[in-house]
Amino acid sequence: MKKLLILTTALTGFGFAASAEDITVVSWGGAYTKSQVEAYHKPFTAKTGINVTSVDSDNPGPQVKTQEEAGNVTIDVADVEYSDAVRLCDEGMLETIGMDALPPGADGTPAKDDFLPGSVTDCAVATIVFSTNYGYDTTKFPNGGPTTIADFFDTKKFPGKRGLGKRPKANLEMALMADGVPAADVYKTLGTPEGVDRAFKKLDSIKKDIVWWEAGAQAPQLLADGEVSMTTAYNGRLFSAAIADGKPFKQVWDGQVYEYDLFVVPKGAPHKDAAIEFVKFATSTQALADQAKWIAYGPARKSSAALVGKFNDGKTDMGPYMPTNPENMKNALGSSYEFWVDHDAELNDRFNAWLAAN
Amino acid sequence: MTAVDAGMLTTADGRPLKDALARAEGRAKRRAFLLVAPLLIFILVTFVWPILQVLEQSVYNPKFSDNMPGMVSWFASHPVGTEPDEAAYATLVGDLKAAAEAKTVAVVGERVNYALPGTRSLFTAVGRKAKTLEPPFKESLIAVDPKWGDPDLWGVMRQVAKPYTGDFFLAAVDLERDKNGSIVRVNENERVYVNLFLRTFAMSAFITAICLVLAYPVAHLLAVLPLRQSNLLMILVLLPFWTSLLVRTTSWMVLLQEQGVINNILVALGIISDDGRLQMINNRMGTTIAMTHILLPFMILPLYSVMRPIPPSYVRAARSLGATSWTAFRRVYFPQTVPGIGAGTLLVFILSVGYYITPALVGGSSGTLISNLIAFHVNKSNNWSMAAALATILLVAILILYWLYDKLVGIDKLKLG
Repeated sequence: MKKLLILTTALTGFGFAASAEDITVVSWGGAYTKSQVEAYHKPFTAKTGINVTSVDSDNPGPQVKTQEEAGNVTIDVADVEYSDAVRLCDEGMLETIGMDALPPGADGTPAKDDFLPGSVTDCAVATIVFSTNYGYDTTKFPNGGPTTIADFFDTKKFPGKRGLGKRPKANLEMALMADGVPAADVYKTLGTPEGVDRAFKKLDSIKKDIVWWEAGAQAPQLLADGEVSMTTAYNGRLFSAAIADGKPFKQVWDGQVYEYDLFVVPKGAPHKDAAIEFVKFATSTQALADQAKWIAYGPARKSSAALVGKFNDGKTDMGPYMPTNPENMKNALGSSYEFWVDHDAELNDRFNAWLAAN
Repeated sequence: MTAVDAGMLTTADGRPLKDALARAEGRAKRRAFLLVAPLLIFILVTFVWPILQVLEQSVYNPKFSDNMPGMVSWFASHPVGTEPDEAAYATLVGDLKAAAEAKTVAVVGERVNYALPGTRSLFTAVGRKAKTLEPPFKESLIAVDPKWGDPDLWGVMRQVAKPYTGDFFLAAVDLERDKNGSIVRVNENERVYVNLFLRTFAMSAFITAICLVLAYPVAHLLAVLPLRQSNLLMILVLLPFWTSLLVRTTSWMVLLQEQGVINNILVALGIISDDGRLQMINNRMGTTIAMTHILLPFMILPLYSVMRPIPPSYVRAARSLGATSWTAFRRVYFPQTVPGIGAGTLLVFILSVGYYITPALVGGSSGTLISNLIAFHVNKSNNWSMAAALATILLVAILILYWLYDKLVGIDKLKLG
């Protein structure tokens, strides 16, 4: 018994000793987290000896805020959307990193010229450009599948259930584009009460056919299970399901909504210095280029783009699957963080009310 | 012997017996208290204290008042309806500058944004420019954004400047204050909470009723079977009870979904066509089925515990005296099981009112309950005051039900096993 006690005590001590070197990175789970583990975490551990613990979340941004408000921060690095990065930074909940701290690109370009415009803020560094688009199961539409965002909302022409993310963001934009609003006018329209009504009315037209997903990995799962015939998703998830898992899925880029995903370090992170080192490492030219071997998200550095080649199967060209591919950008909308920072409370309330109404 | 001794019993060492007894009892009481003290402290720290904090959070939100002290005193010294003058704007800019310095200007903006949507960026934008603002402040602030001159904004700032507010409770029952401060219902397309509270209670009552109907015969069977067989059956009740909630919920997803086991079997048997697959999940039906299954043991166990000790001779006696089997059940057996029914229904109802994971996974949009929105406000929108207000209403509603139960049935009749 005594021996056991000593042993367990020693083990606990060992556990603490190990955790002092570990950093915790919270991200979106599934194929996306896997790409980060392969491209960032493993090489980082190999280089520095610091272990990286990966935690999955439906949306890490609000989780950072919850921890900050509760005064109990356990996250070292979080992968958040632009509006969350801006808001958390404004509220003083993030460590500042800044452009000057970031290394130049592999080709020697200074960081400020190498990163895509707006992809580095005071507190956050972008890793990727991702998109919310939609995909469908080709076996459900043998006579030709949908091609436009309007088709997604047309259950007469393309019958079957639809998967949608359970939040207003991206859904409202897509609804307006499907209703004929040009991408350039979407946020102007959504800024008016009539525009919001119009978006909800469009969503209403397919409400009874919607199956909601919350975690990013659920969307391709719904499609694979045959629960829906088409679903919106983060484009990399659809890519991984189709290419890596060989599912008969096809993506539609018309009406896609793209934005940056960024790494942030919460204020008071338990291992702040290691966390900032990690962010610098993960957003270096090579790491970003490596990630694109695992998932179809565009790197935030220009110098990485040249290094992006084929998927890790060695034969699939990544280019056509990237949100920023010119072919895919014909009718695309850049998500507006200014809009969502201001209106998310109000539109979430409206969205919840709309969901609960019969 | 003295007179005093005669009137008072003493112990062997000459002390009055009364005192010695009191002392001994006091010691025993203290020892008993010390024994329960760890549990008592544990409950106070982990249960009572957090609940009190939640109650406070529902009416206390100092995000504006803590960070904008100048405005708080300006509102205090100027009655409602005062036109904000240059001095007011100067105070506002002073506060904004200090808040920008402390990086709390966005926190202030968030608080105002709860009451007047679309104003968060008003504050963050000014926070970035605060240092460059020059007098006259009224003009320079309105030059940044004309919304700063909006009387609505000033009205809202006056409301949120009070750290103690009932506004979150109003919002939790779909009410709000209009410009004049009178209470009105929110826009029809934003009403959600009353509807969800009603749905939560209605569905919980329905689930409780199904549980009772299903559990009563099962518990009876368990109670009357010989011990060997009833133990075997009991394991079938307890096994799912011991299985993780998540595992059971996800198993129901596998069974109920459109391409799931049940639909596939029905299609294979030709009962339904491939196009007419039943929608049994992501709606109210999914929540009802999964929750009934998960909560069933909470009904069976209390029923079983009161049915087991009921001697079968009572019903036999009733029958031998000429009662029909229905009368014997109604007049003799059933009344003896009422304490179990009370315990089971109360348990299942209270558990289902607060249920969260199962409706989140299988409820879709029509099968979600109020606790899902509480979770939303805690984890996603970070509006903890709103979550606290909703949780408080739920807690009070349950306490009222408990009180009603005590009045109607009597809490001393409760028998949990």
